[in-house]
Amino acid sequence: MTETTSPHAETSPSTMGASFAFLKTHLREYGILFALIAIMLFFQVATGGILLKPVNLTNLILQNSYIVIMAIGMLMVIVCGHIDLSVGSVLGFVGALAAVMIVNWGVPWLLAGVICLGVGAVIGAAQGFWIAYFRIPSFIVTLAGMLVFKGLTLWLLEGQSVGPFPAQFRLISSGFVPDLLGGAEMNLFSLLIGIAVASLILGLAIRTRRQEQTRGINDEPFAFFAVKNALIFAALVYMSWLMADFRGLPNVFIVMALLIAVYSFVTSRTTFGRRIYAIGGNEKAASLSGINSQRLTFLTFANMGMLAALAGLVFAARLNTATPKAGIAFELDVIAAVFIGGASMSGGVGTVVGAVIGAFIMGVMNNGMSILGIGIDWQQVIKGLVLLAAVIFDVMNKKKG
Amino acid sequence: MPILEMRGITKEFPGVKALDNVNLSVEEGEIHALVGENGAGKSTLMKVLSGVYPHGSYEGDILFDGAVKAFHSIRDSERDGIIIIHQELALVPLLSVGENIFLGNERARGGVIDWHETNHRAKDLLERVGLHERPETIVDDLGLGKQQLVEIAKALSKNVRLLILDEPTSSLNETDSQKLLDLLLEFKAKGITSILISHKLNEISRVADTITVLRDGSTVSRLDCEGGISEDDIIRDMVGRSLEDRYPPRAPRIGETVMEVRNWTVHHPLHPERKVVDNVSFHVRKGEVLGIAGLMGAGRTELAMSLFGRSYGRDISGEALIGGQPADLSTVRRAVNAGLAYATEDRKTFGLVLDQTIRRNIPLAKLEAVARNGVVDSHREAEVAETYRDRLNIKSSSIEQEVVNLSGGNQQKVVLSKWLFADPDILILDEPTRGIDVGAKFEIYTVIRDLAASGKAIIVISSEMPELLGITDRLYVMNEGRFVGEMPTAEASQERIMSTIIKTGQAA
Ligand SMILES: Nc1ncnc2c1ncn2[C@@H]1O[C@H](COP(=O)(O)OP(=O)(O)OP(=O)(O)O)[C@@H](O)[C@H]1O
Ligand SMILES: [Mg+2]
Repeated sequence: MTETTSPHAETSPSTMGASFAFLKTHLREYGILFALIAIMLFFQVATGGILLKPVNLTNLILQNSYIVIMAIGMLMVIVCGHIDLSVGSVLGFVGALAAVMIVNWGVPWLLAGVICLGVGAVIGAAQGFWIAYFRIPSFIVTLAGMLVFKGLTLWLLEGQSVGPFPAQFRLISSGFVPDLLGGAEMNLFSLLIGIAVASLILGLAIRTRRQEQTRGINDEPFAFFAVKNALIFAALVYMSWLMADFRGLPNVFIVMALLIAVYSFVTSRTTFGRRIYAIGGNEKAASLSGINSQRLTFLTFANMGMLAALAGLVFAARLNTATPKAGIAFELDVIAAVFIGGASMSGGVGTVVGAVIGAFIMGVMNNGMSILGIGIDWQQVIKGLVLLAAVIFDVMNKKKG
Repeated sequence: MPILEMRGITKEFPGVKALDNVNLSVEEGEIHALVGENGAGKSTLMKVLSGVYPHGSYEGDILFDGAVKAFHSIRDSERDGIIIIHQELALVPLLSVGENIFLGNERARGGVIDWHETNHRAKDLLERVGLHERPETIVDDLGLGKQQLVEIAKALSKNVRLLILDEPTSSLNETDSQKLLDLLLEFKAKGITSILISHKLNEISRVADTITVLRDGSTVSRLDCEGGISEDDIIRDMVGRSLEDRYPPRAPRIGETVMEVRNWTVHHPLHPERKVVDNVSFHVRKGEVLGIAGLMGAGRTELAMSLFGRSYGRDISGEALIGGQPADLSTVRRAVNAGLAYATEDRKTFGLVLDQTIRRNIPLAKLEAVARNGVVDSHREAEVAETYRDRLNIKSSSIEQEVVNLSGGNQQKVVLSKWLFADPDILILDEPTRGIDVGAKFEIYTVIRDLAASGKAIIVISSEMPELLGITDRLYVMNEGRFVGEMPTAEASQERIMSTIIKTGQAA
């Protein structure tokens, strides 16, 4: 057998040169993260420091939470080789359903929330059923779904806005983690959570690196590893400090963080996740390997429906009212986020973290451009171009490799 | 003066030096064979030549007709008359033969296709390659052998001076292969130069004038075939040592019947009135290597796939027993659970998740075995992948290499690894050595033998009769959907198999 050494394995692992060489070969993985940082720095300067003001940062997260939540589900749908155009309408429909149940019928908000999640899952499952078992193209099924649920939202709300919601329900979106430690100046408890999470991520990274090194499959230079993780650690702590300085970590932030953690794990480490990537990569080969691609596709759509419903609750709670306009064109932002995050149109490629970063790139641009007073017209143009640029970058990079 | 000279070609991929200072010199009007083990760099060299890897992405010089060339794309090389037919066919399945022949080179006036001219010229070209089909026929309806001829007709339409064929016969049956080689000889008589890549050394010694042998990305030797050359000579240069036997010695210990299939009938998925498999009955025993011989298109793959979770066909009827009990083979999962496995002949479409790594592909059919409570243990997974990479000698930079970047033969080994890891009782191997070099073939035969020795039942479908004769214990002969003969391998010969086929049918 011929052992071929990889070019970066030969170079001394601690030099700058090695770090750059490594970066060059892995540009695709880190490019998107750098893009986010660059965009944030740009707007931080351009807005004269407003972007990272505690109140704005908190707002940014609240504004983007529902996109992030849906992007996670969409990532799995796209990895599986499909698309879901109905998520915006489903978000609107579920918000309307929640409003009608809670405000008009007086159903307890917790119960209503659970029912809504269930309804979302059923909607996703119904669409997934046709896609998985009857092989109707997802584009068409979910396009139909988009129209259907847009219509049903109007019908349910009778064209009116319904609200307001009870205060407890609103806490989903507008609540903050209470300060159990009673800090006077800032939300100490929130800061502590931030530090704990950052440490956890750091610990996990170190553990993984050790494991991989013992197996000899890690070729990341130490300098690179150290700088990268130090930056991530610092960024997380800094952000939680900023937010703690305002009112603490928003509740949605915790929800989002949990979802990101859980779904990252599911997609990268479980047999379920592995199989989805295999189906998206080559469905025939996956089926002939005994993978039940129909059931997994079905489940992926059911999951997407449920996450869209969760996003619908978050959105309704944030607006404190359900309107017939809610969710319109959200699917475009969600899909754009996933592709900016490095997923491939043909399936089989993409990561949850990438999709989340993609969502934040969109979010930071929206927010930054609004602060700068750029009109909605040019915002759209710029966002479209960024999407195009991100995907071109991805494709060129892949060709080169 | 040579028509083509490649000097000091070096091509690197991240982590792999695929070509290292390779020299190739081809005389005008000859058939030049390029041989070497899987992953030796044959396909890569031809991709460099034809501009798939553009000028600048490799080192070294290409001289064509004595002039230095810098091809930036396939179009550039085609303009000079260098036409490559790739290892994997590149026809559009749902377009007609005529449309495919002139794809990208349409017979058109002012952008409007001239169908009369297209079909007329296509007809001429089809005649030149000896294919008697109408130009309007949809490519998908043709067998692989005929599709290959369409590719060649397409090459002829482009005013070819140097024709490159990358393993053209690897998926053809004996008769079609012969036809194709005759065609090459005919072209030679007309002054067309060709480069032929093949693992079938008997073909090479039959038609080649000169042979260049590559090993691990370097030129090892250039053999002149005038005055005859023996396959053993070629092999010695290819693998760097002489190979005593082509087939490992065996001492079969055959036990009781593990699987029995009765009256198995399968209809065509699109034309339900057509029986693709017609009332087939057979059995296979523990420790036995069973062969299914037949021509391409006899229905062997369809038989195997219909058994394996009904992955092919409709209106399937018949009975399958495993261990004496009726077995539920209605889905792939159930078939796998019942102890059956099927390694496909079409690795790219049905066998591999191309964009994923070796590590991800190998455990795919039995992911549970490397997982605990649904969570994949990446340690175990890597161990498994390493084990099979060593065992089958998969040439790659590491288990983290994406299978799309492996050479054809090494991809085949990944497919085999996947099913070896799934550890079935009955393993159906469909053309297991297609596109695999002689040395690696021997390794795979050894794996098959050892599996049988450990009590597994192995069913080998192959179009290479010497291979079936060399490694099986018993043979069925299949023709036009039916089993038309059964014989112990000890009593079989190529002639006997062929005459069984011919006697029973309208074999082509
Ligand atoms: N795009 C690529 N990226 C990385 N490595 C590659 C790429 N293409 C080919 N290789 C590597 O280059 C080497 C030569 O491959 P090549 O396909 O030329 O072999 P081959 O001689 O045609 O083998 P086979 O007989 O199996 O078809 C192999 O080790 C392969 O893994
Ligand atoms: Mg090849």
